[in-house]
Amino acid sequence: MTISIDPQKTNNESLQPKGWFRYFSFSLDHKVIGIQYLVCGFLFYLIGGTLASAIRIELASPMSDFMPRDVYNQVLTLHGTIMIFLWIVPVVNGAFGNYLIPFYVGARDMAFPRLNAVAFWLIPPSGLMLVASYFVEGAAQAGWTAYPPLSITTPQSGQIIWIMSVILLGGSSIFGGINFIATIIKLRRPGLKLMQLPMYCWAMLGTSLLVVLSTPVLAGTLILLSFDIIANTGFFNPVLGGNVVVYQHLFWFYSHPAVYIMVLPAFGLVSEILPVHARKPLFGYTTMVFSIMGIVVLGLVVWAHHMFTSGTPPWMRLFFTIATAFIAVPTGIKFFNWVATLWGGKISINSAMLFSCGFIINFVFGGITGVALAQVPFDIHVHDTYFVVAHFHYIVYGGTVFIIFSSIYHWFPKVTGKMLNEKLGILHFIITFIGFNLCFAPQHWLGLNGMPRRVAEYDPQFQFVNQISSLGALLMAISTIPFLINVFLSVRNGKNAGDNPWNALTPEWLTSSPPPVENWEGEAPLVEEPYGYGKKISKQK
Amino acid sequence: MTTLDSSKEIQKNNSQVNETHEDFRMFGLITFLIADGMTFAGFFAAYLTYKAVNPLPDGAIYELELPIPTLNTILLLVSSATFHKAGKALLKDKNSDSQKWLFFTAFLGIIFLICQLFEYFHLPFGLTDNLFASTFYALTGFHGLHVTLGTLMILIIAWQSRINGGRLTSQNMFPLEAVELYWHFVDGIWVVLFIILYLL
Ligand code: HEM
Ligand SMILES: [Cu+2]
Repeated sequence: MTISIDPQKTNNESLQPKGWFRYFSFSLDHKVIGIQYLVCGFLFYLIGGTLASAIRIELASPMSDFMPRDVYNQVLTLHGTIMIFLWIVPVVNGAFGNYLIPFYVGARDMAFPRLNAVAFWLIPPSGLMLVASYFVEGAAQAGWTAYPPLSITTPQSGQIIWIMSVILLGGSSIFGGINFIATIIKLRRPGLKLMQLPMYCWAMLGTSLLVVLSTPVLAGTLILLSFDIIANTGFFNPVLGGNVVVYQHLFWFYSHPAVYIMVLPAFGLVSEILPVHARKPLFGYTTMVFSIMGIVVLGLVVWAHHMFTSGTPPWMRLFFTIATAFIAVPTGIKFFNWVATLWGGKISINSAMLFSCGFIINFVFGGITGVALAQVPFDIHVHDTYFVVAHFHYIVYGGTVFIIFSSIYHWFPKVTGKMLNEKLGILHFIITFIGFNLCFAPQHWLGLNGMPRRVAEYDPQFQFVNQISSLGALLMAISTIPFLINVFLSVRNGKNAGDNPWNALTPEWLTSSPPPVENWEGEAPLVEEPYGYGKKISKQK
Repeated sequence: MTTLDSSKEIQKNNSQVNETHEDFRMFGLITFLIADGMTFAGFFAAYLTYKAVNPLPDGAIYELELPIPTLNTILLLVSSATFHKAGKALLKDKNSDSQKWLFFTAFLGIIFLICQLFEYFHLPFGLTDNLFASTFYALTGFHGLHVTLGTLMILIIAWQSRINGGRLTSQNMFPLEAVELYWHFVDGIWVVLFIILYLL
């Protein structure tokens, strides 16, 4: 059965609001939805960042003098949940995915535009609900992992709101994942082969598979947890004969894949950005595709490396250590591919490039600590210490957030038709890079020396190092200022960008900036070599 | 063909490509059902782990009577077949036959739900009695929710297949095909559930 897509039908121009108002409407245009995701995510990032500053202020001194302990727990829980479910996941998947994927597959929109809008509009209410729970009877206190029995014994209302909001956000993410899979597999322009797709498509395909396979398990688990809280069942409550370790297994069955849901799209984005600014083809396209798929498969079977201290039996420890070590192989391949892409290239040192290089440096560091953490004897010492905090911030912030900024510098000209200011951009990068490393590198030392995570008070001997870390956090907060100034100034009176300021070859640059509602005036171009830098062009000149 | 200047040319060359493609709504539904299936997989995994490692308190009842669930299994399997009949009839433009089969399928679904409730009221344990009881109600309840949704959707498409002015025709089979797939999925889950929960 075939149906013909009538552009007027799926995306009726006359019905779509124009101007600024469209960003507040139930628009079906994938580009509008992408920007909605990005701006909404950024607002939550500012909230999450404020909470992070509160955490670092508290930790500047060993006593809990800035806020009471239970407030600290709430702030910590909100910080983690907001950053993961309302900033990283929606932005690196929803925002860039919606904006770019239809271009990359040569389509006029996503496969299911209405589902797409629904997926976005689930986010603001659930996010606001989560934040509001703080003002009702206090937010959840059990951390972003919501381990029982802690999540059962802490005040109920906050925890229940947390569960509802995370389930809704998970639903949003599943709808998005279904849409991406259908768009990439089914909506490809005729003549475009899978192995010609820009790498971000592969990354999003892999990510969406993980979303579809693992997020429902989290939703189911949280439903059981809410029964434990409201209905007095004992699934995870040892007092009633339940089993807390089952919660951990189910939770990490989602949440280890979730760390790849947060980082695989960033792998894809950096693979788009590096070739453009180094004027070289992406090195090792095929190996890149296979390592993404390898990560997807392996990523589903390593979850128990988060549970080495949960009484896991020896065979389980052995299996999950080995499986985790194997993930380092595809990850390493990607790292070397990026370095080889840069090698000998005509590199432009601009903000997008700097943030991408920052990503490579930070990510390799976080990857190394990750492999170290997967070794049971080492992990038993540093589990639940600041070492783990340092590890995942190196990946989630030093990796993914750096790439989000890099992508904003890279695609801002396409979205707005204006260039961002490079001087401010480089200033932004320098402060972020220094601030980030100052904040998180010392935390490795803190963890190795035994400072536990998630506690408002600590041994006074750690005070000096914690203050360095807090200083870094201050720099990170400051770094947002040049960025925001840059965006506001450039949107209003930035340099005109033209259609293709970077001379890039991927399809989104082959249309006007900003692109028209249906992406192209005529037919979608067939881009068979999205990374053909230096090949035909040099011959032509 | 990757030079920048040739992009216009590419566009021209491909202007004959028409914008038709296969219907991918079914593909989206299948992806959704895989996701939904993973929720059940999580519940089953939890149930089996509990069974393996968490001893029940003395005197806990975990043997279940088989007649009602067996009847329910038969009901659902028959309803899958009658749904199939409805699709066949619609394909031959016999809308009223199709509608009859759909109503019959919905009827079987409702009987299933009634039997399920009957079983709930006659079980010797309640939701919070022990781990087995809780998991039992969670699994069957979550499945029952799916049956309820499915029955409602069947009633809706049965309404849509009415003879005069109905939206469901042999030209527009998608709603029926989608609900049918969903219904087969729910039946399949029931069979797995029946084996794991009642027979194992
Ligand atoms: C390069 C491969 C990686 C390996 C081998 C690895 C290994 C580990 C291990 C063993 C832990 C558990 C530490 C403990 O709790 O004792 C851990 C924690 C964590 N990792 Fe990784 N990791 C890797 C990559 C990543 C990536 C890509 C991300 C995110 C984008 C990530 C995010 C996290 C998070 C969030 C935690 C802490 C979870 C928590 O307890 O709150 N990791 N990692
Ligand atoms: Cu992990």
